[in-house]
Amino acid sequence: MSGNMNLTLKVWRQKNAKESGRFETYAAKGVSPDMSFLEMLDVVNEDLSKTGIDPIAFDHDCREGICGTCSMYINGRAHGPVKGVTACQLHMRSFADGETIIIEPWRAAAFPVIRDLIVDRQAFEKIQQAGGFVSVNTGSTPDANSIPVSKVNADEAFNSAACIGCGACVAACKNSSAMLFLSAKVSQYALLPQGRVEAKKRVKDMLKVHDDAGFGACTNTEACEAECPKGISVSNIARLNREYAAAMLVGE
Amino acid sequence: MTNLFEFLNSSVGKKWLMALTGLFLSLFLIVHVSGNLALFKDDGGLAFNQYTVFMTTFPPIKVISYLLYATIIIHAINGFYLVAKNMKARPVKYEAKKNNTGTTWASRNMGILGTILLIFIATHLIHFWYEYKFGEMDWKTYVVEATTDNILKEEVITAADAKAQHLKPATMDYMGNKIIICKDLYGVVATAFKDPLVVAFYVISMLGLSYHLLHGFQSAFQTLSIRGKNYQGLIKGIGTFVFAIIIPALFAAMPIYFLTR
Amino acid sequence: MKLDSKIPSGPLSEKWDNHKFKCKLVNPANKRKYDVIIVGTGLAGASAAASLAELGYNVKTFCFQDSPRRAHSIAAQGGINAAKNYRNDGDSVYRLFYDTVKGGDYRAREANVHRLAQVSVNIIDQCVAQGVPFAREYGGLLDNRSFGGAQVSRTFYAKGQTGQQLLLGAYSAMNRMIGEGKIKSYTRHEMLEVVMVDGQARGIIARDLITGEIERHSAHAVVLATGGYGNVFYLTTYARGSNATAIWRAHKKGAYFGNPCFTQIHPTCIPVSGDHQSKLTLMSESLRNDGRIWVPKQKGDPRKPVDIPEGERDYYLERRYPSFGNLVPRDIASRAAKDMCDKGFGVGNTGLAVYLDFSDVIKRTGEKAVEAKYGNLFDMYKQITGENPYKTPMMIYPAVHYTMGGLWVDYNLMTTVPGLYACGEANFSDHGANRLGASALMQGLADGYFVLPYTIGDYLSDVERTPIANDSPEFMDAEQKVKDRLQKLLNIKGKKTVHEFHRELGLLMWNHCGMGRTAEGLTAGIEKIKKLRADFWENLMVPGGEQELNQNLEKAGRVADYLELGELMMVDALNRNESCGGHFREEYQTPENEARRDDEGYAYVAAWEYKGDNQPHELHKEDLVFESVKLTQRSYK
Repeated sequence: MSGNMNLTLKVWRQKNAKESGRFETYAAKGVSPDMSFLEMLDVVNEDLSKTGIDPIAFDHDCREGICGTCSMYINGRAHGPVKGVTACQLHMRSFADGETIIIEPWRAAAFPVIRDLIVDRQAFEKIQQAGGFVSVNTGSTPDANSIPVSKVNADEAFNSAACIGCGACVAACKNSSAMLFLSAKVSQYALLPQGRVEAKKRVKDMLKVHDDAGFGACTNTEACEAECPKGISVSNIARLNREYAAAMLVGE
Repeated sequence: MTNLFEFLNSSVGKKWLMALTGLFLSLFLIVHVSGNLALFKDDGGLAFNQYTVFMTTFPPIKVISYLLYATIIIHAINGFYLVAKNMKARPVKYEAKKNNTGTTWASRNMGILGTILLIFIATHLIHFWYEYKFGEMDWKTYVVEATTDNILKEEVITAADAKAQHLKPATMDYMGNKIIICKDLYGVVATAFKDPLVVAFYVISMLGLSYHLLHGFQSAFQTLSIRGKNYQGLIKGIGTFVFAIIIPALFAAMPIYFLTR
Repeated sequence: MKLDSKIPSGPLSEKWDNHKFKCKLVNPANKRKYDVIIVGTGLAGASAAASLAELGYNVKTFCFQDSPRRAHSIAAQGGINAAKNYRNDGDSVYRLFYDTVKGGDYRAREANVHRLAQVSVNIIDQCVAQGVPFAREYGGLLDNRSFGGAQVSRTFYAKGQTGQQLLLGAYSAMNRMIGEGKIKSYTRHEMLEVVMVDGQARGIIARDLITGEIERHSAHAVVLATGGYGNVFYLTTYARGSNATAIWRAHKKGAYFGNPCFTQIHPTCIPVSGDHQSKLTLMSESLRNDGRIWVPKQKGDPRKPVDIPEGERDYYLERRYPSFGNLVPRDIASRAAKDMCDKGFGVGNTGLAVYLDFSDVIKRTGEKAVEAKYGNLFDMYKQITGENPYKTPMMIYPAVHYTMGGLWVDYNLMTTVPGLYACGEANFSDHGANRLGASALMQGLADGYFVLPYTIGDYLSDVERTPIANDSPEFMDAEQKVKDRLQKLLNIKGKKTVHEFHRELGLLMWNHCGMGRTAEGLTAGIEKIKKLRADFWENLMVPGGEQELNQNLEKAGRVADYLELGELMMVDALNRNESCGGHFREEYQTPENEARRDDEGYAYVAAWEYKGDNQPHELHKEDLVFESVKLTQRSYK
């Protein structure tokens, strides 16, 4: 082992969606400060496997902060104590030797636990399927430069589109609201001429699925923005509120 | 109409409802606090009592007052509904103590603060509004010099007498002076606020109001998507200084004023 | 079987148009009677799924991630090439074609590459129409940059997250079709077998990764878009879940494997820090536009980089390649770094790193300007290494990043198994022996949006429109085999974890089949991998069971496949007695240590046929005929 930090982990273990879960305590010994948080869990898992205990199941994939797969609540914060990073980019140098770390799955009615730290985020898929697109068929498109878009709007749309769909906003929100996720998608298209055409239908349909999925309502605490690893702004939520009211109350 | 119904049923629509009712109530607070400043006038309650007569008899104000009662009820019921829905959205709570990065205490506790305010409003209304409308209270007669507004004489009519005489609020001219007859709500206020427990309850409630508005005022603008780099500071500034500091402080000063007078 | 690449006749620039016209069509009313399975939902898979569903086919998609949006295309940073010539700097379809063939060291099919260059322009139109927020100029039109050594500005980008934005675009198109019921999306599902009926691919066996249930899915055609197999090397820039199982299962069912030894090693990755490391992180190639690469002139110089004076630094790329300098193609930059480190000039704790220095550009344009351009990359570097690249040079080292090899496909993207297609990185691709920057995104989307939708119809028009039963003996048999294999993995009950085997394999591959390869090393490597494979089937330990979410079981199946594929990669590398692109055989180099190609002997695609477990593969050659491009020694001096 390559490091000298010793930590105590308190980890949520749950065999599957049906069984109830509980916290288990494990020791993580010889942790290097250069390890990522997930690499630390890898090492713990290897030890567990060798002692006949099922390793801790956790979601992860790209391990460079862009795929949005990793999803864990570390010491009371989505993706852990460092701002603007996902759990895979969190390094052990952000923790103190001897610390006890509590690791939990995202908690939300709309994100049921599948196993241990893995939750089911299909509700996000359903929101996107309801309207997170521009209705354009392959091939039926004009030249890319035929519609100029102001740089300000294009940059703003990019900032909204940078959402990685990890669900940290839901996890951090005291209401388990997915408003930041939803509004980022709505904003991206609302800001671009390509997306304006079906803007009203989009926001209407997407919000309906959001509400039906069991996410809470936004109460503007702004915890989502603070915990979003990509710094998506709550101004998107303001835009969503406007778009939705306009779609429902103004004209047809 | 179906659209409006669907809108009000949605999470965003409910926020709009909270924001609009909240802002209307905030506006009312300005009117209320301005009018109540008359309590500080050392005139035996004349100005304040006249103000209450105006507020309860002027027809447009009467209409608005019914709107106000409705607004309070809608704001409260809608708020409770949202709190319940939002609690349901997280059936299993977190083990770790929540870090709450980036959020204010007020923003996380609007439900509790709102409940405190609702209890306060109910108590407050029973204390004064119900008493004024339906209770038996003393009346007062003021004789005022018409040209200078100096009070020449004031006289208490006991509740029993007032009842016997079927008194109605009135202003009459009498030999170059005005005679003003009205219920003495000022007296009721002054008496009530001699009780330290009542004063404490009011002051604590105003602290609740302060925090409620600290988040609520600017949150309403976010909900109504009135948000921009240029005036974000202004909105937060007004929310903080006018609504979270000045207004609750003035309200809280009133019971303290009578307690210490 | 004789390989038929089905390259259309006629002049190069007319081949694709002629071919499209000749492709048979499926009547619009009949399209809904055909089912198509698409495995993998990255750029190629998602774009193909959306396009085929729009045409009217019934599409089923499969991905092991919890959402199609998480496929590793999402991590591509730099950009996407297209011959739009918006900059009026002399770009054209032909120039993009030429650059790509040359960049691939003349080991790609001319006709495919030309088609790729042709449809590149449509891709940009398509993505913009979908609302992909590309970078724009103040006039509102699209911005371009030059990238990866290209001498024209043909790269479209969305900050350092182009792959993410393109994938989200294709994913949105998919979502629209899922919403309309034309695509059924199976997430957290892993394909474990191709099912053949009467010699045609007619479905797959997949495992539900949540419940462990084995499912049979039938279709009239199967498309594999499962990406590359670089994770054979363990430490790579790939996602941890990226794997070769789908293509390797298909290979064992008769799909030839093309050029397996062609792997790309990306020059600008963050070096390895310790043995706990699970992956390597790529820093966008765009950093080489402004960063200067150097090592100290004195071996093992103990000084801090900032204390080493200008005169004692060796800017070796600028020295060796004066005209391209730091912007030489990836294979050359990577090899040069390895070369310097092998000679003892490497820096850092391990000696396996070189400096990438931004002090000049910071001096010239200021920290603000550098931050605007590379801020997110600098932050990422700082987060991972704990060092501030504004103050001290970055340290970089090459890492496995992409595989040019893959399933052999004909011009229609069909493998040697009828009805089985491969697109994107999963096929042996249009990049020859080396892929240029910003070309992977282009190829993935070209295959999915603009090639497969035409060519698959040509095949399906001859297929019976009746539904394919999923309970035929072929399906039941395949299902049983999959179950048996999983049980076999669980029943070994040895002592070593799958991660230990994987790490061991990776090291073996890196040492024997990495940036520099020799006949001797490869021969030894083949023996070692055989031993490791035997050890794996005797000593593997997989905790947990089959009927549950079991990440170790998933991984065990993948590593078992790597252990076979790795051997084939070495066999191929040993067979190819030349150096070209990413394949560098140390025996074949020029006196200046550059790759020496052998166009007489090796201007072919090596397509390997599986002949049974532990049997040698059979080599089939597809000769590469160059009609338009003259083969020259690649020179970036």
